[in-house]
Amino acid sequence: MTIYLYAIATLLLLSILAGLIRVLRGPRPAERMMAAQLFGTAAVAILLILSRIMDSPALLDVAVVFALLAAVTLVAFVVLASRKVS
Amino acid sequence: MTDAATLFDLLLAGSVIALAIASLTVRDMFAAIVLFVIFGLLSALAWVRLSAPDVALAEAAIGTGVTGALLLKTLHHLRYVTGKLGEGQARDLTPIATVPAGVIWANAAFCGMITLGLALAFLGAPQAGPGFDSLVAEAMPASGVDHPVTAVLLNFRAYDTLMEVVVLLAAVIAVWQIERGLSDAPAPALGEVWQGFARLTLPAIVVVGTYLLWKGSEAPGGAFQGGAVLAAVGLLLLLSRIYVPRPAHRGLARWAFVLGTGAFAGVALLVSGGGRVAFEYPAQHAYSLILLIEGLVTISIAVTLAALFHGREPVAAPAPEGRNDT
Amino acid sequence: MPDLITFISAALIAAGAVFFIAGTVGLLRFPDTYCRLHALTKADGLGLALIALGIALTASSFGEVFRIALIWFFVAVASATGGHLIATHARRVDRAEGKEGS
Repeated sequence: MTIYLYAIATLLLLSILAGLIRVLRGPRPAERMMAAQLFGTAAVAILLILSRIMDSPALLDVAVVFALLAAVTLVAFVVLASRKVS
Repeated sequence: MTDAATLFDLLLAGSVIALAIASLTVRDMFAAIVLFVIFGLLSALAWVRLSAPDVALAEAAIGTGVTGALLLKTLHHLRYVTGKLGEGQARDLTPIATVPAGVIWANAAFCGMITLGLALAFLGAPQAGPGFDSLVAEAMPASGVDHPVTAVLLNFRAYDTLMEVVVLLAAVIAVWQIERGLSDAPAPALGEVWQGFARLTLPAIVVVGTYLLWKGSEAPGGAFQGGAVLAAVGLLLLLSRIYVPRPAHRGLARWAFVLGTGAFAGVALLVSGGGRVAFEYPAQHAYSLILLIEGLVTISIAVTLAALFHGREPVAAPAPEGRNDT
Repeated sequence: MPDLITFISAALIAAGAVFFIAGTVGLLRFPDTYCRLHALTKADGLGLALIALGIALTASSFGEVFRIALIWFFVAVASATGGHLIATHARRVDRAEGKEGS
């Protein structure tokens, strides 16, 4: 089961790395931001899997923090950008 | 099993380094910021793999809650200064004055010296030494708390932690020196979905921040993590203009900045004397004193980090047409 | 019985990973901003829900299950709000640049 979970975590990490192409290519800032948001969700999934592999419930707290603060950067982006183009 | 773990760790380490290089070298500044945010995300995972959930928590809170928003605001200021506010022009954003080559080389030399020093210290350290694990484990009963990291930070090594709090204080003093006054930006039209989100999430963030502080005495968590999480609430309030700072609030904010440092240093001095040195808490009060310090330091950290974000924003030239999609 | 639960858990986690990969493929392959938003708000939300369910099945205490549910709930709320904010922003930019039909 552990090998299996590691394989899934590796797969999720690879999907983040593939998504980086969108960040590098853009072209719109909104899309780069969106990709970062997507990776936040993937990181939470990896953390959930790691918490099972490493048998450490403290990792769930890290995931809670990620989940709660996931929108902060995005809100900052939207607010600052709307002051610019309004 | 080890192979699967090694593969995952190698991939993670490789991605962290690749992201660091990418965010330094990419030409588009906005992309650099996004890459840096993702770098923070993956380094939090790396700290998890290094069995350092305390650091992972701090990185998660600071990286996702504070750094991204601060960098985006900096970019916003830069665009205002250079007069390039259009979305499409972000790519060819250049600083107004080029940095002199001398400064660049001096910086490079300093960075090189620091790297060299770290490398020498690393190579000179005893290989596979016992570390401090046994020392800390031995002294734990006298520390007043049950979590080794908190014991080290707030008790055994409290001087260092006090200095870290002072660093934050110095940062906010520097930022407030160059601030241009209070923000007069209009409240952004974020819509009803955002309002529902704020009503639901902001209280939850406050609860989780306090929980992390409270839990710090027995498990990963503590003042820095709790403070950074609470600071995110401040950022969201400031961004959405739910809270609008007034000149009269300045005094209060300044008291909040020094509260943590003052309480920390105050307790350190008060417990000294009578044969004890500074930071040598009396054993029966150690837990309450550490909790008191952590609580006040949390408030200071939260207000300080949020205050770094406050300040007037450059206002764009009036747009030709009003916003009509609300 | 524990074997059956382990098997279901593994299957759910695998299904979740598939949705994550689908989300990334969508982010890379869809033609414009609005289409790519689907990847952000739908595929990943479902992927995380499946993985969270898979992990929660083998959790050892109620506290863990509660925290996993909390994580799933707040990620869902954040990505829904984020998707809405990004879409509104993208439409505003399109209008400001004079693109019609959006």
